[in-house]
Amino acid sequence: MTFAHALKCRECGREYPLNPIFSCEFCFGPLEVAYDYDGIRGAMTRDSIERGPTSLWRYAELLPCDPKYKVDLGTGYTPLIKADRLAKAVGLDTLWIKNDTVNPTWSFKDRVVSVAIAKAREFGFEAMACASTGNLANSVAAHAAGAGMDCYVFIPDDLEQGKVVGSAIYNPTLVMVRGSYDDVNRLCTELSMARPWAFVNINVRPYYAEGSRTLGYEIAEQLGWRSPDHIVAPMASGSMYTKIWKGLQEFHKVGLIDTPHTRMSGAQAEGCSPITTAFEKHTLNFVPQKPNTIARSLAIGNPADGYYALKQMQETNGGAEMVNDDEIVEGIKLLAETEGIFAETAGGVTIGCLKKMVASGFIRRDEETVAVISGGGLKTIEAVADKVVEPLRVPANASAFDEALRERQGAPVGARA
Amino acid sequence: MATKHVRLTYSQQLIKEPLVYNMGHQFAVVTDVRMADVGPTAGFVILELTGEEDEIERALQWARDKGVRVDEATLGDIVEG
Repeated sequence: MTFAHALKCRECGREYPLNPIFSCEFCFGPLEVAYDYDGIRGAMTRDSIERGPTSLWRYAELLPCDPKYKVDLGTGYTPLIKADRLAKAVGLDTLWIKNDTVNPTWSFKDRVVSVAIAKAREFGFEAMACASTGNLANSVAAHAAGAGMDCYVFIPDDLEQGKVVGSAIYNPTLVMVRGSYDDVNRLCTELSMARPWAFVNINVRPYYAEGSRTLGYEIAEQLGWRSPDHIVAPMASGSMYTKIWKGLQEFHKVGLIDTPHTRMSGAQAEGCSPITTAFEKHTLNFVPQKPNTIARSLAIGNPADGYYALKQMQETNGGAEMVNDDEIVEGIKLLAETEGIFAETAGGVTIGCLKKMVASGFIRRDEETVAVISGGGLKTIEAVADKVVEPLRVPANASAFDEALRERQGAPVGARA
Repeated sequence: MATKHVRLTYSQQLIKEPLVYNMGHQFAVVTDVRMADVGPTAGFVILELTGEEDEIERALQWARDKGVRVDEATLGDIVEG
């Protein structure tokens, strides 16, 4: 049972049946799922949610798929951690970390893929497909394996070994495409039109994107059924950033929280910053870029939801910031050293941008802020491998250890204070 | 016959040139503007092109050679992180 009743064009409002289609045939605007919120309001209460599973399926009434088709690897309901030490380091009174590094394939992509694969099964697709440089590929391959479905994963042929293995272990048909990113984009768009596959971010994109709303639901529920003053989230296509806000608005619409007044801010890397650059130029029309950043999970030069992300910044009085590669590494280290959370490069982007926005006064000290950390650090270990502390190398005796420690600390070794 | 949906992005230097008109006259393609936002500093046009596949590609290459950025209309980049 789902309360989704149509696909609706985000540009012209024209409605379509719930089919595997993604764009309006009149204006080519993207399609988005429309729901019967009155029905949801009657079927869902705070109490019913709290009694639900500790996964994103606790919000099943708000998802556009029949839960009987779900492939549940345990995605969602990830910790919201009060980050006092990081708050102090960046200059905030209250900061929370939404820790999505603990999902089954260690990134928020498990949220979107959970919904995409359930809907694909409902439609009767027998194969899943995607084009990805890492997180999405890992998640699609894992979920397809869990469902026993065929899986086709397209990756650029210059990808690091770690990322290839992270998908290959689930035994999909892994295709390394020779050529530029634009070539991979072109090939996959062409294949998606001609093959009977559920291409997660093409023909089932309207459903896939809805999975990110659960981040907004969880943040509100975990804060005690209320929205925070400010949320900072990373932006690649801009989809997750816009869907978190949609989630908060929907929770209000179905009577679960008061009107949200959250300011929504987005984070990008300098080497791929079409949305932030447009925000700084006060325009809604971004100019696509050729990505060149260590934050490859955010390297979308032509973001499908860039325009909507920019509109949302206006609507919520939020903003956008960007950081360079060194600041990304500093952000990863700061989060790890203050809160014990090892994030991938996108997390470094979020923390780096958060720090800059607080320093500039854009985020006030007294704004209760949530930072979304979307993926785990072991995925991008090469970004920090040579930037972490050198181990002490000692022979196996205590005095050698004391000597090495004294040298490292530059202070006498004695009883621990 | 093929159909292609593209987003053209171009800068100030090309604003005064009738790009879509010229494309339709120099190549055997039907140009159908579905959305546009052309201002004093930049132009964005969402276009449906119909014609032989090779001819559409030639028309788009002609636009690229003039400095127009050509992208797929709806989806943006398919390759995700």
